[in-house]
Amino acid sequence: MKVEYKVKRYNPESDVALESFDTYVVELDQAATVLDGLIKIREEVDNTLTLRCSCRSAICGSCAMRINGQAMLACNTKVSDFEENGNIKLLVEPPGNMPVIKDLVVDFVPFWSKVKSVDPWLKSSHPPKYMEEHIASNESMLHLSGVMGCIMCGACVSDCTVLEVDKSFLGPAALAKAYRFVSDPRDDSTKFRLKALEKPSGMWDCTRCMQCVEVCPKGVDPMGRIMKLRDFAIQDGYKNTYGAKHTAVFTDSVKNTGWLNEFQLPLRTFGIFNVFKLLGLLPILLDALVSRKVPPVFHHKLPSVSSIQRIFKKVDLQITKRE
Amino acid sequence: MLKHDVLIIGAGLAGMRAAVAAKDLGADVALVSKVHPVRSHSNAAQGGINAALGHRGDKWEDHAYDTIKGSDYIADQDAVEIMAKEAGSEVISMEHMGVIFNRDDQGKLGTRAFGGQRKARTFFVADFTGQALLHVLYEQIVKSDVLVYEEWFVLSLIVQDGECSGAVMIDMKSGKIEVCIAKTVILATGGLGRVFEPSTNALICTGDGMALAYRAGVPMMDMEMVQYHPTTLKNNGALMSESARGEGAYLRNIDGERFMAKEGNAPKMMELASRDVVSRSEQKEINEGRGVDGCVLLDCTHLGEKLINEKLPQIRDLAKDFANVDMAKEPVPVRPGMHYQMGGIKTDVNGLTTLPNLYAAGECACVSVHGGNRLGANSLLDTLVFGRRAGEHAAEVSKNRSNPKISSTDVLKKHEEDIEKLLSNNDKNGFVFGSIRKEMGTLMNQYLAVFRDETGMQTALEKLSELKLKYKNIIVPDKGRVFNTALIFTLELGFMLDCAETIAISALERKESRGAHARTDMPDRDDKNWLKHVLVYKENDDAYRVDYLPVVITQWKPEERKY
Repeated sequence: MKVEYKVKRYNPESDVALESFDTYVVELDQAATVLDGLIKIREEVDNTLTLRCSCRSAICGSCAMRINGQAMLACNTKVSDFEENGNIKLLVEPPGNMPVIKDLVVDFVPFWSKVKSVDPWLKSSHPPKYMEEHIASNESMLHLSGVMGCIMCGACVSDCTVLEVDKSFLGPAALAKAYRFVSDPRDDSTKFRLKALEKPSGMWDCTRCMQCVEVCPKGVDPMGRIMKLRDFAIQDGYKNTYGAKHTAVFTDSVKNTGWLNEFQLPLRTFGIFNVFKLLGLLPILLDALVSRKVPPVFHHKLPSVSSIQRIFKKVDLQITKRE
Repeated sequence: MLKHDVLIIGAGLAGMRAAVAAKDLGADVALVSKVHPVRSHSNAAQGGINAALGHRGDKWEDHAYDTIKGSDYIADQDAVEIMAKEAGSEVISMEHMGVIFNRDDQGKLGTRAFGGQRKARTFFVADFTGQALLHVLYEQIVKSDVLVYEEWFVLSLIVQDGECSGAVMIDMKSGKIEVCIAKTVILATGGLGRVFEPSTNALICTGDGMALAYRAGVPMMDMEMVQYHPTTLKNNGALMSESARGEGAYLRNIDGERFMAKEGNAPKMMELASRDVVSRSEQKEINEGRGVDGCVLLDCTHLGEKLINEKLPQIRDLAKDFANVDMAKEPVPVRPGMHYQMGGIKTDVNGLTTLPNLYAAGECACVSVHGGNRLGANSLLDTLVFGRRAGEHAAEVSKNRSNPKISSTDVLKKHEEDIEKLLSNNDKNGFVFGSIRKEMGTLMNQYLAVFRDETGMQTALEKLSELKLKYKNIIVPDKGRVFNTALIFTLELGFMLDCAETIAISALERKESRGAHARTDMPDRDDKNWLKHVLVYKENDDAYRVDYLPVVITQWKPEERKY
């Protein structure tokens, strides 16, 4: 079957170092992957097409790229997934949020420097004796294997909506890596790790857009791990951050009134006397005024609040049971 | 000019293990790799890592014996003894570094059964053990702050006054060529799978280190011993881990029969016989018309969904993605596929080659512990044990060696000219890398596969020299310097052609059937004449020389091999 590839090109050495698109039509098998086609183009049509790829079985993490607008591995994505009325048209672009070096190849240096910043190695101050392993339950190891399945392909970072506006955010891959150590029963520097992750650009900067969960080709669930990190931090007594306070005020409001008191949320999160922070919110308030979306100043309790409180009770009970 | 005590080429398991070991001894270490370390092909090892733990009632002697029997008796037994003895501490130290490993009920490391072994001694992380080890070793590289030249490609080794003194390498991001002087160099570049088409190997497995050493005059040993893995997918050659059979999967032919039970196959160990034995049995079924569309069937349906999800999650995904089969519900069509090179750069038990200050470890090396056939889960072990030993030895040797004096301008100039010449070839009748590689891969897979004979191998050798001629008029259509992958592939192809040639030469040389080298025209093993290694040396230009080395036998006398 015929497949049309429209590939974003960039050559830093060309006289006109501008991005452009090239279109190739290749004949492929029904079972072919997007990568099969790209390799065919590279070997038989245009030897200058540049991309990273290696294992062809979704384990080396080299070939993350944007295919029809979303980050995925070219090697485990079938071209037939994109069939529409008998046509297959692919738009292939480099992964986002990373500087492009050439064609589909991006610079991973910022990616790795963030991963390195979370002290990504096991810290065990009392390792077992010679020839003896740490004792750990298989359950805890299986849980870790879910996040250790991460192949560092950068798909999550490519499509992270926070990174799009704030390059300093640690990002889903580095935070998932941090989680891998925080939740490892053999690691004994959890407190230190959580403290480091509390800082600005850390775990509280995720906006829970789910994009990383959606695009992860290995089911690592980075956002879920970030939420878990927040829980650990609050449990460990790191309650004096905006993130932790935001969570507490949010919960409190819903629990007591049945819905969110949007007016109080920033006041209680930042504190009434935190003039500097509150002034920073003025543009948002003005924006809301213009579009007539200002939350009510006087917040009332919902009549059905008792049923919501029952949900809270049920959840609390389950948590106690599990513990 | 760059300068280090220990320069390690390749950053997979062997390379990174060597780096950690050398760094621990205080050496100034650098890794150079054409891909980021976690992209290395060690990732692809799925099943596990073997170790006989004495305090658990296993014996290193039993592990050694299984390995030697698996090798069809041409592994060097002194090397195998070292590997089997040091396996336990190596696995445990990886656990201490952070590898999660599946556990038993007491929370200790759990094991699974693997092919060719009489005891379950394979430690594992689900079915991505290689990835789990590789990422943890990379963590250690970050922790100990080892310098990594990421995405640099090595062009050649520097040999002066009969000693190795560094390497010439190109930074792929800028295209700049640099000379790196080193007191010792360790090759840890992995396998050469891409010499064959198809292969389970990643696209980066192009035998670079083997060719670098071969061109520097170091002999290649046992190159005829190429492993075909019994269970690969037809579509793209992807690997279905041996752990499937370790966990109890069956192999069936078109009639549903478990053909491993047949006399002459492996009635005792069935699906868990050595890989060469299983691959031959499968190929026979397929050749004699009892296959299914060129494959046999890997049947996991009786294992249950829970076990499959817990212990074989990755290959379940692979089968879904690439064969459109849910292995919990239906059998997966599989066939033997090129997987591993048992042979390689000849080294001693410390990884030292015949060239002073040059070491090799991992798949590119031949110590030899795998002989004619490698056991599953011995390759990860090989990389760690001999990677560490090479790293330690190189660090010690570097302490007693002063910096080599190299006139780097001359070396640099020569390499600049070579690359310039390659890029400036615009001959309309020239060839590009893609077509030559495909031709080479197909002919290797035709004539040097599971079954071989004299005529086929001779044809292969002749065709290879034709391809080498074509390669002399190769053109690189991309003339740029920044991330010019076409240039890198072209250089890799040159390396691969050298490797392919050594395979064909050694295979023609060995006039018997042993391990993975099964000749239909000489079906018997001949201990009287061939209990020895075949070595190939490169002479100048296209000439080569063959030599032999006796196999080291310590306590296990060769006997008939039955499973």
